[in-house]
Amino acid sequence: MRYQFLAAGMLAALPFAAMVGPVAAQTSDRPVLTVYTYDSFISGWGPGPIVQEAFEAICDCRLNMVGAGDGAALLARLQLEGAHTEADIVLGLDTNLTARAVETGLFAPHGIEAALDLPIAWDDPVFLPFDWGWFAFVHDRERTPTPPASFRELIDSDLSVIIQDPRSSTPGLGLLMWVKAAYGDEAATIWQGLAPRVLTVTAGWSEAYGLFLDGEADMVLSYTTSPAYHLIAEDDDTKAAAPFDEGHYLQVEVAGMVANSDQPELARQFMEFMLTDIFQSALPTTNWMYPAVLPQDGLPDGFEALHLPETSLLFSADEAAAIRDVALDEWRNALSR
Amino acid sequence: MPSAADPLWQRRPPVLVWGLAAASVLLLFALNLGALSAVFWRAEPGAAHFQPADWAALRFTLLQATLSALISVVLAIPVARALARRRFPGHRALVVLMGAPFILPTLVAVSGLLAVFGRGGMVNQALGRVGLEGFSIYGLQGVLLAHVFFNLPLATRLILQGWSRVPAEHLRLAAVLGFDRRAMWRHIEGPMLARVVPGALAVVFLICLTSFAVALTLGGGPRATTLELAIYQAFRFDFDLGRAALLALVQAGLGLAALLALAGLTLPGMAMTGLDRAAPPPPAGLTRLTDGVAIVMVAAFLLVPLALVVLRGVPHLAALPVQVWGATLQSLKVAALSVVLLALATCGLALAALWSRRAAPWLEGVGMSALLASPMVIGTGLFIIAFPFISPARLALPVTAVVNAAMALPFALRAVLPALQRAEDDYGRLSVSLGLGPWAHLRLVLWPRLRRPFGFALGLGAALSVGDLGVIVLFAQSGGETLPMQLHRLMGAYRTQDAAGAALLLLVLSLSIFVMLERLIGGKEPRHAGA
Repeated sequence: MRYQFLAAGMLAALPFAAMVGPVAAQTSDRPVLTVYTYDSFISGWGPGPIVQEAFEAICDCRLNMVGAGDGAALLARLQLEGAHTEADIVLGLDTNLTARAVETGLFAPHGIEAALDLPIAWDDPVFLPFDWGWFAFVHDRERTPTPPASFRELIDSDLSVIIQDPRSSTPGLGLLMWVKAAYGDEAATIWQGLAPRVLTVTAGWSEAYGLFLDGEADMVLSYTTSPAYHLIAEDDDTKAAAPFDEGHYLQVEVAGMVANSDQPELARQFMEFMLTDIFQSALPTTNWMYPAVLPQDGLPDGFEALHLPETSLLFSADEAAAIRDVALDEWRNALSR
Repeated sequence: MPSAADPLWQRRPPVLVWGLAAASVLLLFALNLGALSAVFWRAEPGAAHFQPADWAALRFTLLQATLSALISVVLAIPVARALARRRFPGHRALVVLMGAPFILPTLVAVSGLLAVFGRGGMVNQALGRVGLEGFSIYGLQGVLLAHVFFNLPLATRLILQGWSRVPAEHLRLAAVLGFDRRAMWRHIEGPMLARVVPGALAVVFLICLTSFAVALTLGGGPRATTLELAIYQAFRFDFDLGRAALLALVQAGLGLAALLALAGLTLPGMAMTGLDRAAPPPPAGLTRLTDGVAIVMVAAFLLVPLALVVLRGVPHLAALPVQVWGATLQSLKVAALSVVLLALATCGLALAALWSRRAAPWLEGVGMSALLASPMVIGTGLFIIAFPFISPARLALPVTAVVNAAMALPFALRAVLPALQRAEDDYGRLSVSLGLGPWAHLRLVLWPRLRRPFGFALGLGAALSVGDLGVIVLFAQSGGETLPMQLHRLMGAYRTQDAAGAALLLLVLSLSIFVMLERLIGGKEPRHAGA
């Protein structure tokens, strides 16, 4: 029986020994800039590692990137921490969240004049975009050779789509805004028409996209840039985004500086760095979005094959905040039947 | 009341036992009430109120949890009976494998289920080939299918324990008296089930109570909104902490009501003395066939989706990104710490319950309490409590381990307590008459009868901890990812093939840890009839 106690003892000692590690690694004289962002930004496959290395090479500081779920969870975390937050920068909100973010009073104006390559004009004094993309329904060219060209055609088709829940996912909320921007007061009717086409609603983007790739549905709510991943990383040109006549709603991803940051200089330096070539050129093939400032070498090969919508739809932050609850009720009523 | 006349248990219990029990109770109170109070305290002043949509969520939660519990347990009864009385090659391996769905991360399990029952899954393809119309998994039927898939193994294990506690002498006597099936049911199986089934129902009900991602995905849309999803919405969509806490309170009330109702239905434990001897041969004839059918059907239902997870993952296992291996190590650390805490809490609460039979129901009730709480609110509450004092990232590992241990404690107590109480009823007096002291009694009499359920409990706790994607998400920072987190990130980065490999790794890891701990602690040969 003795070896059991030995094994139990070893198991018990392991975690305590291991916990000491990360704490010891943090003792350094260099100042620390803390950036709160969403999970997939800092994952090993996101832009995080590239950004960290490049910024630490020029800032004489340590860049501490903290992942907090997705955009909405990120804002909730900041609200939870309030004025005592350790964050100096919050990176990864979108325009559906910025009105609520400004209301917290936690953000300071960025004061940066930048020439941005966005399909719309940008004059927000508090938040600065780092990338953007158009929402779109992605399909498989072989399975669905002639995709619908509008929401109405989708309603009249017999295709199945997977969408995300607006209450738990930023693309899901984006789709609410898309329908609202395209159809205004008719949005409720559109949702009632779409309801039979919606196979299911998932809590997050990755579940929905995974189900689509498994062949569960004909289309999935994603981005016009999603096919670029399959083309560039997998050499697979079967995935495409269906162009919709109504135009496509934009997701503009932004960053802001926290007002009572203890590193305001570093924070401003990071905001400026965010729009430089090295940061921006990492985005297309790690975040799979369009960079806010076109890098000198342009976009990577494969992006030229993507659909470029002629009409971009986007509510201002205040409009988005004002119609959010009504749009959610319309969505829920239509899909709960 | 064997303890009343029993000088051994009239002595003051060892300080160690009370200390452990008290620490466990305090920790559980801090986790549940502490976290909930913290969320209430941090909320904006103003009355939070129930919205119409919340009533719909309440109704749906109640409906799906009740049906999931009923179906899981009713199906588990014939399977447990068949497994209890039949022996065949691979019996033990089958019992272990059948437990796998319960310890799998939900994300992985759902992908396996969809490969079988989804729109393009095996069943629908087969139906299409013979010209029949396919069926849709999306709806209440899908939610129930998934919940039965997760919980049938657990219900089977719990009921199997009840069966194996029926003394072999009773079965022999029944055989000698020529009991028919009705008499068996009335005198042996019925009374045993009346003691085991309510507990199993309660556990499955509580697990399904806090389900939300599975319920939403397979429920087919917002009509499948559960209370936990409403809490999630209140927290991150509306940032209305008061409403989140109120909803969590309602959810806990629902669970508590179910727990109390089912506790009231449970028959009190009855001393069933036996001498740990071999059971008589099982009945032959028609029951042989029905037992076989029960085992084959359930094995197919549980194992085919798992086999598909394995098949999809194998080609990508070798090429897994290096980050996945780092995350594996992190998951092992969390599991190790969590198992140690689970062992301490289980020992403390179970032994304290033995010393004081009157306190036993209360101790078990507190032990179950982590299942009543909303995981979202526990995580958020702990965050609120910890944040002013220490960077949350430093707490990621211990907090996750504590919460995982608390979540596994109800299962551990369910497994260990009945075995402990029965061993005490059977052998307590004998030990006294032999003059054994408490520690000798524990070591020589109780431990050999406890080690198997204890091994099962710790194995389960470790496996659950490895697969858990709970509070760690709120606390971890870059570099501290666990395997389920990394799996989720792979999916978020379009890397579905790597994710399939990581899912297989997670499956293999959970199962091997479970088997290893069960063997290491439970011993190889069954020394006692406990499952």
